[in-house]
Amino acid sequence: MARKLPALTPDTAPFWQGGADGELRIHHCAACARFFHPPAAACPQCGSLEVGPRAVSGQGKVSTFTINHQAWTPDLKLLYVVAIVELAEQAGLRLLTNIVGCTPESVSIDMPVHVRFEQHEDVWLPLFEPSPARSA
Amino acid sequence: MAERLFEKNVAVTGIGQSEVGRPSSKSAMRLTLDAAQEAIADAGLTREDIDGIACWPGDNQNGGSFSPVGPNALMSVLGLKVNWYGAGYEGPGPLTGVINGAMAIAAGLCRHVLVFRTIAEASGRLQNKSDSALTNKTVGRDSSYFWQWYTPFNVLSAVNLIAMYAQRHFHEYGTTPEQLAQIALTCRRHAALNPKALFRAAMTMDDYFASKMISTPLRMFDCDVHCDASTAVVLSRADAARDGPNAPIRIEAIGSALHQPWSWDQISLTGMAAFDVGRMMWSRTDLKPRDVGSAQLYDGFSILTMIWLEGLGLCPRGESGRFVEGGHRIARDGVLPLNTNGGQLSGGRTHGLGYVHEACTQLWGRAGERQIAPHQVAVAAAGGGPLGGSLLLVKE
Repeated sequence: MARKLPALTPDTAPFWQGGADGELRIHHCAACARFFHPPAAACPQCGSLEVGPRAVSGQGKVSTFTINHQAWTPDLKLLYVVAIVELAEQAGLRLLTNIVGCTPESVSIDMPVHVRFEQHEDVWLPLFEPSPARSA
Repeated sequence: MAERLFEKNVAVTGIGQSEVGRPSSKSAMRLTLDAAQEAIADAGLTREDIDGIACWPGDNQNGGSFSPVGPNALMSVLGLKVNWYGAGYEGPGPLTGVINGAMAIAAGLCRHVLVFRTIAEASGRLQNKSDSALTNKTVGRDSSYFWQWYTPFNVLSAVNLIAMYAQRHFHEYGTTPEQLAQIALTCRRHAALNPKALFRAAMTMDDYFASKMISTPLRMFDCDVHCDASTAVVLSRADAARDGPNAPIRIEAIGSALHQPWSWDQISLTGMAAFDVGRMMWSRTDLKPRDVGSAQLYDGFSILTMIWLEGLGLCPRGESGRFVEGGHRIARDGVLPLNTNGGQLSGGRTHGLGYVHEACTQLWGRAGERQIAPHQVAVAAAGGGPLGGSLLLVKE
């Protein structure tokens, strides 16, 4: 289905196009050594301008999710899962995405997931799919 | 405390509301005029007395159905001569017009400010069922500072974002669908007594669970109902307010804070702006949550009402499910009558000012069949996610 795609700017392009190299790139602040999202020209935590994209593991867990049932537009393929994923690198570092590669009913909060890119024109959407169960 | 806080010198002196249509045969401007003229007359004023005008969000989408009439158009049509006027989407939610209008009075720019909110989403959706889809907020690539992080993932309605708050609330606090349903059921019971409400037929728990799933766990009856309507209030400087026919309803305290990221996914998933707003509002008054006689809380989606109950300290954090369980506490004769006109869920999505209109209607004892016990203090709040504002209102 056709996706609404984001406009690319110097701040946001690394996030949307990192998937071309198989990398999820999240903005990182050199001054306070913390990640932040969405990407921007300054660190919202300390105000530093020493910020830029850095590749992360692509591992995370589902913070919350919803299964969309409603056909908002005629060409929308149902059902699909919208989720907020917290990345493994930092508590509270979250992004919004879709969970794919599993049935919608199997998605749950705290489920481990990892990134999988889906290319649309010049944008590589970072989607997430369930990770194999890991031993504790 | 804080006797000089600006909002205490501002009062609501008149209210007005057009018909609430689904759709209305009247134009958006005509609905706006109906509301505005009723509010001005209710305050005992004429249009010559109005020297300021405010709105949220104003006409920011080329006359689109979300906000087809802004201050520029209305002041022109009404022939107002104003000292100050303003609107804009970027502010603390649907009550921003009231907050800005109160500030204009407190700053000495105006004596009487007309605040209004017009919406025509029922007509809009008749012409195009996808009228309110978020993907239609921008043409081509999404360059909006915030929606661009959501629309590529097929978030086409705010319900997808807010459903995730509900899911998280269920997970963290054990809130149940049956508890959530009490917001919809209570609003429907109250709407039955409101002749203007759009949905007045009785709703049972079975009806609720039979309603279509929209975005888990939110069902159709957790979503407000689009309408065509306009609501207006007149704000007056305290000294001028005493000349009018109505007992002034003073703005005792405002909540407009956001101490978290302006974002739907970086903000506290069970907190929203509501907690920042609540802390600010109660810091500006000696009144306490137990003094509130009616609560008119945003129900664009039912879970938002639950979070507002918590954010405004009307119940402990995480306890809103248990607080609304069974519905008796939030009934018209309960400890905290909630959305006494049916809210937006059953009354119609007047989007913000409807809560202020109903709070004043109840404070003035004009609610007819749905009138609740006499009280002096009401709270109105509107918004979801990072949008949020609240008003503590006291009848003098």
